[in-house]
Amino acid sequence: MTADTTSAGATVPVLSVQGLTVSVRSGGSERALVEGLSFDLARGETLAIAGESGSGKSLTSLAVMGLLPPPSLRASAGRIMFGGQDLLHLPEGAMRRIRGRRIAMIFQEPMTSLNPVMTVGAQLTEAISAHESLPRGEARARALAALQSVRIAQAERRLSQYPHELSGGMRQRVMIAMALALKPDVLICDEPTTALDVTVQREVLDLLRDLQRETGTALILITHDMGVVAEMASRVIVMREGRMVEEGPAQRIFAAPVAQYTRDLLAAVPRMGDGSGAAVLPVAESVVRLTDLRVRFDIRGGLMQRVTHRVHAVEHVSLQINQGETFALVGESGCGKSTIARAIVGLVPHEGRIEVAGQPLQDLTAEGRRALCRDVQMVFQDPMAALDPRMRAGDLVAEPLVIHNIGSDAERRGRTAGLFERVGLPPDAMARYPHEFSGGQRQRICIARALALRPKLIICDESVSALDVSVQARVLALLEELKRDLGIAYLFISHDMAVVENIADRVGVMYLGQIVETGSRAQVFGNPLHPYTRRLMEAVPIPDPGYVRAPLPRLSGEIPSPVWPAGEAPQRLRLVDMGGGHLVAQSNPTAEIAA
Amino acid sequence: MSPGGATQRPDTAWRRLLRRRLALFGLVIIMLAVFGAVFAPWIAPWAPQEQHFDGLTLEGSPLPPGGAFLFGTDLLGRDLFSRMLFGARTSLVIGVLANGIALGIGTLVGVSAGFFRGRIGGALMRLTDLMMAFPALLLAICLAAIFTPSLWIVVLVIALVNWVQAARVIYTETTALSEREFIQAERTLGAGPGRILFRHILPHLVPTVIVWGTLGISTTVLLEATLSFLGIGVQPPTPSWGNIIFENQTYFQTAPWLVFIPGAAIVALALAFNLVGDALRDVLDPTQRGRD
Repeated sequence: MTADTTSAGATVPVLSVQGLTVSVRSGGSERALVEGLSFDLARGETLAIAGESGSGKSLTSLAVMGLLPPPSLRASAGRIMFGGQDLLHLPEGAMRRIRGRRIAMIFQEPMTSLNPVMTVGAQLTEAISAHESLPRGEARARALAALQSVRIAQAERRLSQYPHELSGGMRQRVMIAMALALKPDVLICDEPTTALDVTVQREVLDLLRDLQRETGTALILITHDMGVVAEMASRVIVMREGRMVEEGPAQRIFAAPVAQYTRDLLAAVPRMGDGSGAAVLPVAESVVRLTDLRVRFDIRGGLMQRVTHRVHAVEHVSLQINQGETFALVGESGCGKSTIARAIVGLVPHEGRIEVAGQPLQDLTAEGRRALCRDVQMVFQDPMAALDPRMRAGDLVAEPLVIHNIGSDAERRGRTAGLFERVGLPPDAMARYPHEFSGGQRQRICIARALALRPKLIICDESVSALDVSVQARVLALLEELKRDLGIAYLFISHDMAVVENIADRVGVMYLGQIVETGSRAQVFGNPLHPYTRRLMEAVPIPDPGYVRAPLPRLSGEIPSPVWPAGEAPQRLRLVDMGGGHLVAQSNPTAEIAA
Repeated sequence: MSPGGATQRPDTAWRRLLRRRLALFGLVIIMLAVFGAVFAPWIAPWAPQEQHFDGLTLEGSPLPPGGAFLFGTDLLGRDLFSRMLFGARTSLVIGVLANGIALGIGTLVGVSAGFFRGRIGGALMRLTDLMMAFPALLLAICLAAIFTPSLWIVVLVIALVNWVQAARVIYTETTALSEREFIQAERTLGAGPGRILFRHILPHLVPTVIVWGTLGISTTVLLEATLSFLGIGVQPPTPSWGNIIFENQTYFQTAPWLVFIPGAAIVALALAFNLVGDALRDVLDPTQRGRD
């Protein structure tokens, strides 16, 4: 390793970006996507580049790596100084020697950055021997050491496994191991934990921080999550539309932001409190009642295609949602929260009892099911995927009315225009196609569409998770307003504890298909009793650099599988009322969560 | 696009298609071929079967292009230009009709198997697998042997052989589409299978069908030629572009125009359909709007 550039002391930056401009060429004109960006990165420092989508933060990292996709994108001005060389003018061969070895990068989606047909060990040794000629045995030993350093359990066995056999968190650890195996001077993490569950995110962030302390690698952290920024960064750059809005030490940025945009961004971040301020709702009639709901998916195998295993996605869930209230289901991926939503709207078959407005679902004829659609509507996570790209926004919103034969053409048009106004979209938006809108506007179209039939319940399945925080805050405000004005109930499904705390009246925490704790917002957030609830809450990054986290054992546990051999079933949890409808699971299915 | 939509005439797909130069070029070629085929009896200087005494040299070899015979003559002293004009009738009918029927069957089978799945879908796809495994030419020979060869039988045979690949492609596309979230969103709105199929799945299949259809033109025209060569296609002396090539291919060295001219015609027609098809696909896609 050549460390000559860094040996001079902390005053000499490892990496220095000066006046970087990245432009895109389309047609005959060039447009700058990143403009005049300058920053220095010192050894051992963590610099966070924060911003919403389209701010140019990812482009900056690609420019540093020399990975801007030609020919449309190129760095048109500025310098990126690293080890006395300008990376922008380095030939590809020299750049390749730097990439991976001295500047490494971790991407958002670990599944797509790992080669699915190579074992983890082969990929690690390949990454190592691409830069250093080592005998094979030694390269393998280095690979093993790298895996152990990222605290992967049973590292020896993982070397011979394929990426799909690992969980998301473990894959991201492998990526980190690969990036750090060559002890780079700079590590760029582009949204390293965005695709991960909150408890896994906590583990990965802890790991990154520990490793950085040990190796002294300088870290560039690119993220939209101000909580992650507060936890990790020593210095912050806030970007917006390709320009730096503000730069400074993390403490100062959070305590006294100067730029208006930074202030807006921080104000929009949902914060965790203690669950206070929840209004006590008057007892209202129930909109949906689930009794002992079970959803299981068969896995067939063998010559006879017999059922050998079952995925127990939802196990004995009972809950009730009243008129005009927001019931939030929280939990991590695979806990069955979305499956409940799908069972209610009839997208997956279920056992047990679902009643909508007093009507049991299983007694319904096809006609009755159609009528039920009027009462229960769903808003999906990704509005781009949930809207037919070949239809105009106006037709999409009017479609539920057409399906259910409501009104004449003129009436439908009037009602559609009213819905557009209701969700805050201009009337001329009706003639446009989904791809001509921004993400937040698209989600408004989905909400307008859900409102068209005047439902009693709207299911929001991670409906704001894909949106930027400022957009997210506005969409949440819209949902709140609709609830107040129209008396709609929501089943709000989310993995984000902070969002849930800001919107929910009642909360249910799910783990492995079962509800482990449920009660009012004040009960669950103010007095979390189940260890899993506590662990979820503690894992949420707090947007305050001064916040001192209670020391926790470094976790690297894996969530057990909901797949059971045919004939076996997970142990049923018994919910005990701790007072005032605050139900907590008693017998613990996994002793490990309690640890 | 210029602003002020009120005074502007509506921007229809047809109008957008005509703005594309390549598509226009393709359309012109197709129109020429259609014009030639329809008005062949009036344009053609001679009957296609007529053997001219002065159509051969003294040694009995065909005449090169130029002179009295625009495209030259073939081995029997027939005028190639006239034969090409009448051949356009056969080739266009086969290229468009046989291909269209094949595409129709393929779409029907592919969509029903992909959308309804289950036993019916499985059975349909196993049938296509079977058809795929069966040598296409052998099947064509069997079919042609059962019926007396004629233009319509050839169309039917080609359609029955060619639908299989289209069905496979469309089946894959349909299964992928029905898993898409907006289809699930439609279900939660209470949309029935008919509405989902016709309003949301079929429009998305249009690009695939168009591309597959235009690619199929040249293969069908050539398949007809192969059948003619084996004596089970369009029966001589009725000309088709394919059988003109096959009749004369052994004389490629001495009379290259006999192969080159019909060959060029097939390539030009296939290219023209491809150009129009590509443009049509873009024009019908709203996400491509404004990129003309």
